[in-house]
Amino acid sequence: MQETWIILGATSSMARAFGRALAERGATVFLAGRDMEDLKGAAVDLAARGAARAEAVKFDARDPGSFQPIIDKACATEGTINAAVFVGSMPPQDEIDRDPALIEGTVIDSYTGPARFLHLLAPEMEARAGGTVVGVGSVAGDRGRIGNYVYGSAKAGFATYLAGLRNRLTRSGGHVITVKPGFVDTAMTWGIEGMFLVADPADVADDILKAVNRKKDVIYTPFFWRYIMLIIRAIPERVFKKLSV
Amino acid sequence: MLWKTTEYSGWGNALTATGDIARPERAATLARILDETPAPAFGNRRSYGDAALNDGGRAIDMTRLDKIIGFDPDTGVVEAEAGVTLTTLMRLFAHRGWVPAVVPGTGFATVGGAIAQDVHGKNHHAEGSFGNHVKSISLFTNGKRVTASPTRNKALFRATMGGVGQTGVILSAKLQMKPTPGTAMQVTETRLADWNDQIDALTSSTATYVVSWIDAQAKGDKMGRGILEEAELTSADAPAPDRAKSVPVNMSLFSNGLFARVFNEGYFRRVPATGRSSVKRLEEFFFPLDKIRNVNRLYGKKGFHQFQCVVPLDAIDVLEEMMHKVSRSGLASPLAVLKRMGPDRAGMMSFPMEGYTLAVDFPNRARATKLIAELERMTAQAGGRLYLAKDSLAHGDAIKAMYPDWSDWAAEVAKADPDRTMVTDMVRRLKLRG
Repeated sequence: MQETWIILGATSSMARAFGRALAERGATVFLAGRDMEDLKGAAVDLAARGAARAEAVKFDARDPGSFQPIIDKACATEGTINAAVFVGSMPPQDEIDRDPALIEGTVIDSYTGPARFLHLLAPEMEARAGGTVVGVGSVAGDRGRIGNYVYGSAKAGFATYLAGLRNRLTRSGGHVITVKPGFVDTAMTWGIEGMFLVADPADVADDILKAVNRKKDVIYTPFFWRYIMLIIRAIPERVFKKLSV
Repeated sequence: MLWKTTEYSGWGNALTATGDIARPERAATLARILDETPAPAFGNRRSYGDAALNDGGRAIDMTRLDKIIGFDPDTGVVEAEAGVTLTTLMRLFAHRGWVPAVVPGTGFATVGGAIAQDVHGKNHHAEGSFGNHVKSISLFTNGKRVTASPTRNKALFRATMGGVGQTGVILSAKLQMKPTPGTAMQVTETRLADWNDQIDALTSSTATYVVSWIDAQAKGDKMGRGILEEAELTSADAPAPDRAKSVPVNMSLFSNGLFARVFNEGYFRRVPATGRSSVKRLEEFFFPLDKIRNVNRLYGKKGFHQFQCVVPLDAIDVLEEMMHKVSRSGLASPLAVLKRMGPDRAGMMSFPMEGYTLAVDFPNRARATKLIAELERMTAQAGGRLYLAKDSLAHGDAIKAMYPDWSDWAAEVAKADPDRTMVTDMVRRLKLRG
């Protein structure tokens, strides 16, 4: 079966690992992001790894003008159209506290930008009666915490958007997976204090691909984060508000 | 953050270092680091000793720079960034008819690491070392990017193959892979009763891939007994992979003499007296221990040393005497191998020489380090040499005497890295840069 994937935020290490897994099963992949030099190298890498076709395309969550050309390119291919969203930005909370203007960018990168992109794509997926959307959220979206509640609230909004989109696309045979990774061993978490149970991006990508194959709705990766977050969500607010977890 | 302060070690876990590590994920990030603060690079740290360590200094972890830059299905030439692992190359290209020409015993070794140690494999006698199949490299050396190959910047190329990273940071390499009829190995295993059997079998085998496991605990009549493995690439169907296993915590099984003796007896008897032939997956044959994650934890918290030497063909008596000492000590772990080597090597500091190579693991204990010192002395006496990918205990004068091209290498390195930015713990310990 011919499948085409658009990967938003394709320079991240999780996205790179997911793209490689897709390439090894012969998919066509559009690598979308801002660092074109890195993306062009990644496209060559995916082609060598077995992708039917791999191409770098410019995407900027803050520039909606960059959205439609990507969708046009993907829609020029045969078979199902799929998208995986790995974009997001997480400025340190204390920087946001000093400069609240950073909130808007965080929300655009992590929620409204990709939501708007998916909204443009949805009619195409409906027309082709299928396809999968992978939306990478975060466990940070499960509960507002002092450490990163701006980023967390954007991811919470995105998770709710994905749930609605799932409800919509199901009707035409499409599918939406919400992925909530815990700590992942990437350039973003490298050297940050307090990281534990850090997962390898390749293992996260494997989990996502399994979820695609099995049409899961919401996954935590690694799986045990489901239980960690179950506990964190179960703490009553009057207690939680005094904690700094 | 770019730099992370951490404690890290080589595969043997016996030597450790503390320092700042950067692990760039993009070429642009690496370029910035190299411009500002050039530092030695490492891959998956599968060298046993201190080749990858820089205590108190900085180092660059190259494992995330792992893109395939190009692949030509007609010629089997692949160009890969330094962080690509050899098991990845095997997985990606075997079903398209190509395998890396040379792989060591672990597929987690990276392209950069395989070059820096000019590693060899079970086909060394027939097909040479890793560097013999490197068509060219891209190297960051003395502030700039340089291409080196067997015909261009020749001396720099020969100083980089097996040059333990001292000429600069290996960025990428073009490798000539070898054709394969399929994705599996036809493997024949034969019991060898004693030392003479070992040497006869290794000398007379005509297979492309030959290696012998040796029971390093067996004494008396049985001294030197083992199992000969001979193999060829095949188009036969490979069996399905086993589930990956993992060693969750440090446990000192392999450093326990009783465990080693019992294990070895079972391992020896696993192959019927009449021998057997089977089809194995490529990874199962080439990288048997890779399916157990963190297998080095089987040596316990204190870690282990691997002794690996090669001695010339005519020094076989010295090797036999060394083996007697090992078996009498009762210290050796079950992982011990013997192999016939050919003469091919790609660099000035490459390990291989025509002869026999013996590799034995020992727990990190005083009695073992004394024995290893004795084995090193005997290796030198036999006109042989020690392998820098394994060494963690030797002294510089002995090592330099074993490598006849050492002074040429040191001169080339002095030109390539005049500011000594690539110096590692191993280089300091062995005073390799003079």
